[in-house]
Amino acid sequence: SPVSLPFAVGQCGNQVGCRFWDLALREHAAVNKKGIYDEALSSFFRNVDTRSGNDGPGIYKGKICSLKARALLIDMEEGVVNEILQGPLRDLFDSKQLITDVSGSGNNWAVGHKLYGYQYRENIVEKLRKTAEHCDCLQCFFIIHSMGGGTGSGLGTFVLNVLEDEFPEVYRFVTSVYPSGEDDVITSPYNSVLAMKELNEHADCVLPIENESLFDIVNKIHQMISSGKLGSTVKQNSLVTSSTGSASTVQEKPFDAMNNIVANLLLNLTSSARFEGSLNMDLNEISMNLVPFPRLHYLVSSLTPLYTLADVNVPSRRLDQMFSDAFSRDHQLIQADPKHSLYLACALLVRGNVQVSDLRRNIERLKPSLHFVSWNQEGWKTGLCSVPPVGHSHSLLALANNTCVKPTFTELKDRFMKLYKKKAHLHHYLHIDGMEQSCFSEAISSLSDLIEEYNELDATKGGPRTDPSRLQIAV
Amino acid sequence: MSIVTVQLGQCGNQIGREVFNAICSDVHGTHGLCSKKENESYHDACKERFFCEEESEVPVARAVLVDMEPKVISQTLSVAARSGYWKYDDRSHFCQKQGSGNNWANGYSVHGPRHKEVIMNLVQKEAEKCDRLGGFFTIMSMAGGTGSGLGAFVTQCLRDAFPSSFILNHVIWPYGTGEVIVQNYNSVLTLSHLYQSSDALLVHENDVIHKICAQLMNIKQISFRDVNQVIAHQLGSVFQPTYTAEGGLRYSRNPLGDLMETLVPHPEFKMLGLRNIPQMPENSLAYSTFSWPGLIKHLRQMLIANAKMEEGIDWQVQPPRLGSSLPPSHSTNRPLHFNTSIANLVILRGKDTHSVDLGSFQDPSLYTSWLNPRDAFNAWKTPRAFNKYEKSASLVSNSQFLLKPLDSVVGKAWNMFASKAYIHQYTKFGIEEEDFLDSFTALEQVISSYTIL
Repeated sequence: SPVSLPFAVGQCGNQVGCRFWDLALREHAAVNKKGIYDEALSSFFRNVDTRSGNDGPGIYKGKICSLKARALLIDMEEGVVNEILQGPLRDLFDSKQLITDVSGSGNNWAVGHKLYGYQYRENIVEKLRKTAEHCDCLQCFFIIHSMGGGTGSGLGTFVLNVLEDEFPEVYRFVTSVYPSGEDDVITSPYNSVLAMKELNEHADCVLPIENESLFDIVNKIHQMISSGKLGSTVKQNSLVTSSTGSASTVQEKPFDAMNNIVANLLLNLTSSARFEGSLNMDLNEISMNLVPFPRLHYLVSSLTPLYTLADVNVPSRRLDQMFSDAFSRDHQLIQADPKHSLYLACALLVRGNVQVSDLRRNIERLKPSLHFVSWNQEGWKTGLCSVPPVGHSHSLLALANNTCVKPTFTELKDRFMKLYKKKAHLHHYLHIDGMEQSCFSEAISSLSDLIEEYNELDATKGGPRTDPSRLQIAV
Repeated sequence: MSIVTVQLGQCGNQIGREVFNAICSDVHGTHGLCSKKENESYHDACKERFFCEEESEVPVARAVLVDMEPKVISQTLSVAARSGYWKYDDRSHFCQKQGSGNNWANGYSVHGPRHKEVIMNLVQKEAEKCDRLGGFFTIMSMAGGTGSGLGAFVTQCLRDAFPSSFILNHVIWPYGTGEVIVQNYNSVLTLSHLYQSSDALLVHENDVIHKICAQLMNIKQISFRDVNQVIAHQLGSVFQPTYTAEGGLRYSRNPLGDLMETLVPHPEFKMLGLRNIPQMPENSLAYSTFSWPGLIKHLRQMLIANAKMEEGIDWQVQPPRLGSSLPPSHSTNRPLHFNTSIANLVILRGKDTHSVDLGSFQDPSLYTSWLNPRDAFNAWKTPRAFNKYEKSASLVSNSQFLLKPLDSVVGKAWNMFASKAYIHQYTKFGIEEEDFLDSFTALEQVISSYTIL
């Protein structure tokens, strides 16, 4: 299978990454009963004969010997990465996949990007090449990071640049956790806006995530379970927030539930590239169909269902509910309401026992209540993957290129301006080699331009529609 | 003569497998309501056309499987082999890992040239296995990146390498409301390019087949497999052996050539539509009887009224009265919904085909004026029943069947092109705005030609 190579950068990135590897193993174990190293596994894992050391030759077929994750774990503090290396997933990684330092980035994008970036560039390139060498066919890089801090934000976007320089043809997907208004890192607006410029210019697709949304989902699930409204029991391993059945069940940590949601997002996103189905949907297809103009590459994601009930018989009414939920406000992974904004494009990736007629029925049903841009009235990209996620008989990942991302960006801009006008904390950044005032002005300008593009699109919403006249040819 | 099938992309490979399945299952099924001798004759003709005997225990399909990602081909090969009745040649396939990303330019400009040699070598090998090569049958969807883009490129290569062979492209028209967002761009680029190298395009529309599955086959949860099986049945009804001449002693040996000769008198008109009746769930077959007059009447009205299936036919539509003094384009006699034909082919299979009256299809008012109605209409027959249907009638039509779908796709693509949306994804791989304009121009020409029939 084509390989998707995740880079977990920074504390948040590595915490999510850890959940991702864990749940990926769980997912593959559920379908791969015989312990054979198959095409699906090869997307995320190498099969290594460790008798000749961790750098042993890859074994491409036959029984699973020792699985190594295809990944780079980068952090300028050791805490999270060390925990991973001491935890149940330690055998997935070897030292050649890690880049760590001790003092952290002090929640300073400039430290992450300019200081550590410069310092570790060679190391990053070398390890990147080594990792890529082991891949038959590299389709996509994933960066998993947060925007508000220093390492994930600064060094993470530095890595993004390196990826573009070294492997310009490989797609760059970024999963970015955006800070909320109440974020306790004061300088998070600076870090986020500086990082946004990099995402605008160097990412192929960005999946923004907001902690508030993850938090709301976790709460909603807790409420549903404790209120007893669900009647029969919920299948524990089906919860989008759950680590059940994975290696980390015993040692669940505070943010695990929220991070599991992001991990599940990535698993669903790559499911059709790994597993078979009647209508495959690769990552390069997602980029192709959902990005009509280069800079408009921010995709709002939603995952349904959030859990499955233990009773097996799911009438098709429930299936349709899954589609409805995908468009509801409280299933989105950012604080946004796509239904009341303008769609540029929408992708539906369905897993499990769902057929094309179910897809069509629901698209027909939901279409009238959604607003699509005039030049893409039927803009749906669909995929059918036969293998459902663990604990479910079917699931749906919706990705929307929708103007509802705009508020996230305008609020970020507002928070940035509040600090910037007073020049608060600027000196922490400007004294880093390579940082100048222009970095800030260019970054806010980039963000403003992006917001303006969304404004222009929004202005067309609901307006009169005149189709351009067709080509006239001589008869 | 043998046909080499080239299966392109996910759709092409999934359908291809169902086609060989349908053909095999037809041949091995009940003895076809005819004499043993007839049946054996049919069996032999079918074998020669689609399969190679070789040293293997089961017949080997004459096919080349091409895809830019490995999962579908892998599945296709193994499912075929499991049937026990036939299989593919294990070496006759080519795949890559990356896919084409639904990008026509990627399929056409990057994968095409890059893999041309390997793919054409496989085709050459299959062609050499044939005692006599009757031509190529390619199966592809227009919506994606591989079938469409690489498919267009491969068709061009086939034309260059085999200048005197017949090439028939089986093209799948995607659902109107998206499978792929850029499907209209991909479709426009595919159709305009195929038009240059192909002899004819035989089209199946997903929306239409879906309706057949829902309303005629009574399938509740319709899968792509269901859709593909209906398509395979319809294709089988065209390509299984028939007698092309009245009183013919042998099954026709040149199906593609015969098809082109009867249906494509002019290179400007290559769009062929297909109708097949009756269609019903297998378990209803035993309880149904049909009469030829009834079937022929329905098929003719489906042609005239451009009905996509045998339910919901508009019986009000009638052909224009001839002998009007007004020129056709100003004729108030010409009903708006009437489907004008250039040429039609009716294929009858099963009981009592020799006695069927097809005079109604020779009515000159059905056709444009350039061809003699005798030449514009042809019929192929065989007493050998097809796929458990006691009587089965197919219509392959070069008419205005596809005018509206074509116009719709071009319109939507043009609308999107005007905003320049997604164009950067194509220019990245070498297809420029100019190339789009050329394609639009070519298709507007085709639309215009079919409109003024």
